[in-house]
Amino acid sequence: MTNSWTDIRNTDLVVIMGGNAAEAHPCGFKWVTEAKANRGAKLIVVDPRFTRSASVADFYAPIRQGSDIAFLLGVIKYCIDNDKVQWDYVKAFTNAAYILKEGFAYSDGLFTGYDAEKREYDRSTWDYEIGEDGYVLVDETLQNPRCVWNMLKEHIAVYTPEMVERICGTPKDKFLKVAEMISECSARDKTMTSMYALGWTQHSKGSQNIRSMAMLQLILGNIGVRGGGMNALRGHSNIQGLTDIGLMSNLIPGYLNIPTEREVDYATYISSRGFKPLRPNQMSYWQNYSKFFVSFQKAMWGSAATPENDFAYHYLPKLDLPAYDILRAFEMMDQGQMHGYFCQGFNPLLSFPDRGKITRSLGKLKFLVVIDPLETETSRFWENHGTFNDVDTASIQTEVYQLPSTCFAEDEGALVNSGRWLQWHWAAQNPPGEAKHDTWIMAQLYLRLKKLYQEEGGKFPDAILNLHWPYADPEDPKPDELAREMNGYAVTDLRDPNDPTKVLLEAGKQVAGFGVLRDDGSTACGCWIYSGCFNENGNNMARRDNTDPDATGAYPNWTFSWPANRRILYNRASADLDGKAWDPTRKLIEWNGEKWEGYDVPDIAVTAKPREVGPFIMNPEGQSRLFTRGMMRDGPFPAHYEPFESPVVNVVAPAVRGNPVARVFESDRQSFGDAEEFPYAATSYRLTEHFHYWTKHVWVNAVLQPEFFVEISEELASEKGIDKGGWCRVWNKRGSVHAKAVVTKRIQPLICDGKPVHIVGIPLHWGFTGAAKNGMGPNSLTPFVGDANIETPEFKAFLVNIERSDGPASA
Amino acid sequence: MNMEISRRSFLKGAGAGVAATTIGAFGFGEAEAAFVAELRPYKLAGTTETRNTCPYCSVACGVIIYSKGDIAQGNAVAMHLEGDVDHPTNRGTLCPKGAALLDFIKSETRLTKPKVRRAGSDKFEEISWNEALDNIARLMKDDRDANFIERNMDGVQVNRWTTTGFLAASATTNETAFLTYKAVRSTGIVAFDNQARV
Repeated sequence: MTNSWTDIRNTDLVVIMGGNAAEAHPCGFKWVTEAKANRGAKLIVVDPRFTRSASVADFYAPIRQGSDIAFLLGVIKYCIDNDKVQWDYVKAFTNAAYILKEGFAYSDGLFTGYDAEKREYDRSTWDYEIGEDGYVLVDETLQNPRCVWNMLKEHIAVYTPEMVERICGTPKDKFLKVAEMISECSARDKTMTSMYALGWTQHSKGSQNIRSMAMLQLILGNIGVRGGGMNALRGHSNIQGLTDIGLMSNLIPGYLNIPTEREVDYATYISSRGFKPLRPNQMSYWQNYSKFFVSFQKAMWGSAATPENDFAYHYLPKLDLPAYDILRAFEMMDQGQMHGYFCQGFNPLLSFPDRGKITRSLGKLKFLVVIDPLETETSRFWENHGTFNDVDTASIQTEVYQLPSTCFAEDEGALVNSGRWLQWHWAAQNPPGEAKHDTWIMAQLYLRLKKLYQEEGGKFPDAILNLHWPYADPEDPKPDELAREMNGYAVTDLRDPNDPTKVLLEAGKQVAGFGVLRDDGSTACGCWIYSGCFNENGNNMARRDNTDPDATGAYPNWTFSWPANRRILYNRASADLDGKAWDPTRKLIEWNGEKWEGYDVPDIAVTAKPREVGPFIMNPEGQSRLFTRGMMRDGPFPAHYEPFESPVVNVVAPAVRGNPVARVFESDRQSFGDAEEFPYAATSYRLTEHFHYWTKHVWVNAVLQPEFFVEISEELASEKGIDKGGWCRVWNKRGSVHAKAVVTKRIQPLICDGKPVHIVGIPLHWGFTGAAKNGMGPNSLTPFVGDANIETPEFKAFLVNIERSDGPASA
Repeated sequence: MNMEISRRSFLKGAGAGVAATTIGAFGFGEAEAAFVAELRPYKLAGTTETRNTCPYCSVACGVIIYSKGDIAQGNAVAMHLEGDVDHPTNRGTLCPKGAALLDFIKSETRLTKPKVRRAGSDKFEEISWNEALDNIARLMKDDRDANFIERNMDGVQVNRWTTTGFLAASATTNETAFLTYKAVRSTGIVAFDNQARV
């Protein structure tokens, strides 16, 4: 989230699209209710199903899953055509006026530079014209036909209300009503918030779904303001934290990158991360990259990271591929190229696509280690459960370790909520039986591996042997020690660069924040964006002061919000060019003639003069991007692409299947189906009574929703002779599941390009362990393909067939 | 424990007080005492309140867990859980999942012992922590030494281990995540991921 849950109270319009907050985030949704009741805010829901969010919406519009980009670009076109643009914001805070390089173009669904064989673009033309002074050429009048604004208008011209109806199945009048309501938020005193979740991310173009809405929010002037923003409703309690700390193939904590093998040494690595400003006076904050990186290396390898060895640069692995993401990992497993696998609190047998392939792949491992507080299907993938896990146990040679860990009630530490609040919590009970804290388990695995390398030697032991391990009890590091490491500390005395006799911070003291980090090895910091969370003031994440001056929703002294306890990102954009709030009733920070002050920690140097320094300090432009240069693999503007399995052809680019640069493994291509054989558009979702695959272990929730079902319209049920509450079978080339049918008015057929499209809804909470009835789920059916940029699997849009059945043999 | 909020301290004190007194101290007669003896005792009496957050979605509602026993003694057991009314986001409310969290903590399918399933076997067997951890470390080292790539074809140091992967949790603390990061990265594992991608 750019904003926070409690900030939603400040909005005028909530758009829930790509999510279902009322059911999946019920207690956060209360802030929507609050805004409706107290401010007269309106709620729009756009979803293939009439969800419980829709049931309390002021306006609901149906949409076919996987067509959101066409819808959103249609709304952008509506706003531009009807002059519903926050012009001062767009001109001052976006790159609308930037001139694009000659040679960049788009036609027939493809941008310039496409290589069909590699499924990749040469992105060299996707850039700005740079002037002789090294800065981007701009046309503030927006007259130049090659400025971003005019190129955008041309790019989206095709998304008329009629085209939106053809692609999305949203009736034109409903689309126009939504567009009209949204467009009103271009006024300076009207703000809209976007609440989205996996309904946008789990597509082969998930990143561009979100980008489309971000562009719309910029055009309306809604980023950086109270009640506005792009608000990702994250699915798990600490998925935000795990992402921040970079537990991903290609990340270093704080959104730094693991080097690629083309970055042969530290000098090469850092040279491409200088991020020189593209416009005069801009902060281009990533210019500090080396300080964050070197401080991270010091936290990792302590005294073994020296200027002489480039701060242990070679201790990090170098990638030969963009990432060894989960899809690639299981493809490698299936090909016999991966032998060992750890699942720490993760149940891939139910949560990864194409379950048949997941089962087959796990069975090719030499060893699997599952660390979890609960039984999981993954840890028992080798066990035969009839229809629900039909495997040949004796032939599976994988050795499986199941290690009992603790749950939230037994551990201490911080979880990061969607609004970036690091909330410390405390243990209320001791672990059951022999269960152990995850920290102890990880320490034990590391220390035992280290001992083996000490005793026996082996391949490149340096990074293991020299790992910085400064814990009072090395066998069992404590949460506060780890939090202090992430905050960062002075390794040696930090002296004033202007007066070296003056010590600013003594060696061993906690740094106050990331502003004091250095790239000479004198500071260590595990995760720079968290710096300030546990400084010499103590554990700021443990703060529980719930006062909220002037009821802005900021709660500035409640726990700690990264970065720097900032509650709303890009908050400088809440004020106009001269630093006055766009909307005086929604003041956030303002320029008082000397500095920025207000309700939040300014997202800009406090003395940075308005009209000089732009609000988007992380960008070398200082401004936000309606055009993203070569930063995304599938285009500098979003474009409509159908899901890989779609009931209709792409009407704006009939020759293109799926996202043209999404990676497809050869072995998976043959398991894609087409609409002739599998005519129904399926989607997956959660229920309010369940949380993924955890709550089927909870007796109360198992009682509330005991059994797997699929949801279909009355029309489809009657066409197929499926009874309400009767059995049906849903299948495609990847799998087949039996389910009870919920026949409902909540799902209605859509008319797309003149043809009816039936939707099949498949919730995802059942397996073969726990208190609920055994059942299957959508991942038996979903395709093994991910988003072109980050490989999030396409769980939300795929094809199936459906028929009446007698139920599973062993139900 | 973070108990600076006065209402909480009051409640805690009041709870302990109820446990320590009998109703007779208020001067009731025998009949009342007999009646009172039949009453169900206040179940939160003598419990410790602990602030925690719901482990499910990222609204991260504040919860208060009431437990009996003492963590330091190793015998603390949660016996009640409710929404934290002082929490700015949820203001004491919980959803159908959060409201049932006590059953999650006490689920019959919680794991309590390390186990191993041998190749081809149809069952899990109990194993000691020591043996399990030693076995896993050995499996890791053998696979790493056999497959670690120190240099690529161009002679560049790449130090990657591609044949073992690690999936990290999405509900563990930041502190677990950071320790996991350190341990996993130091080995050169590149198939490193978490639920964020899914």
